[in-house]
Amino acid sequence: MNDHPLTSLFGYFALLSLFAVGGANAAIPEMHRVAVELMHWMNDRQFADMYAIAQMSPGPNVIIVALIGYHVAGFAGGAIATAAMCGPTCMLAFLVARVWDRFKGARWRMAIQAGMVPLSLGLIGASAFVLARTADHNVYGALITAATAGVAFFTRVNPLWVFVAAGVLGLGGWL
Amino acid sequence: MSDSPPAAVHPALAELFGGFVLVSISGFGGALPWARRMIVEQKRWMTTEEFNETFALSQFLPGPNVINFSVVFGSRFGGPAGAVVALAGLLGPPLMIVTVLAVLYERFGGLETLSRVLAGVTAAAIGLLIAVVAKMAAPMFLMRWNSAPIFALLAFTGVAIMHWPLPYVFLGLAPFSIAFAWFKR
Repeated sequence: MNDHPLTSLFGYFALLSLFAVGGANAAIPEMHRVAVELMHWMNDRQFADMYAIAQMSPGPNVIIVALIGYHVAGFAGGAIATAAMCGPTCMLAFLVARVWDRFKGARWRMAIQAGMVPLSLGLIGASAFVLARTADHNVYGALITAATAGVAFFTRVNPLWVFVAAGVLGLGGWL
Repeated sequence: MSDSPPAAVHPALAELFGGFVLVSISGFGGALPWARRMIVEQKRWMTTEEFNETFALSQFLPGPNVINFSVVFGSRFGGPAGAVVALAGLLGPPLMIVTVLAVLYERFGGLETLSRVLAGVTAAAIGLLIAVVAKMAAPMFLMRWNSAPIFALLAFTGVAIMHWPLPYVFLGLAPFSIAFAWFKR
């Protein structure tokens, strides 16, 4: 799979998308494993930066794959990575949607649905862990992370303001 | 929400596209809350129950949740064409915006000032993610005699601590997790 960057982009993202229950956030550790550890497309800091940019831009968080793809292979890379991440799972969603309603109340349907919940929780938790290890290099970074988690858990403040405040703190050279 | 009127409005393809374009560019920190607002509250294309049911399906399927949702929702109203139109509306504008950001980042990513700001934003973004995990985990860990926390911890350990590839972790755990859910009732 390493003959051409576009081929490996497509192969890795198409494969990982099929196991990403819990959405883009559940796939972050696998993206990090492939992009940083396996393929050496980028370093930890670049990966963390791209996560931040994807969070700050409007729309679904999955667009981080367009940033990674662009970094690896320009415009074609961004397009291929996005298509690979969304294409196969969209086909699956389309096909399942047609039959799903027919089995409403079926025991196996409820078992599959309930069985996926803990896995997606574990995977999203792993994303937070991997990102924190990649990005929080000192006690101030960890404090900002902890403070944001507290604010987001206990209040309904728009995350945009937290991002602005954290960006200003970062600019001040605390991190 | 029994007071919400029955959703009988069927959107045309152009309307479907326009609706998802609006969701995609107003959504910050994930597009889901905006999708719910547009579909249930503003356009009344679905009732709250229908929305929750459809979203539950998109959530347990692999892949990006909101993307799955747009496909399931679009196909319900317009078949394959509806799915394509909703997906294009949701993904198109953010993709253009993020491509511009990607170009800028490749050019200026090495700047000290930018990397400082991004370091702050990243730290905050991780905090948001932790809050999401905590909200998901709270009900699961409060229930007694429940296998769910064990599977969540195993998935976490396999991916975050052992660095095993996601497909292996998933295929190793999913059958058992589903089996436990099957025998629980």
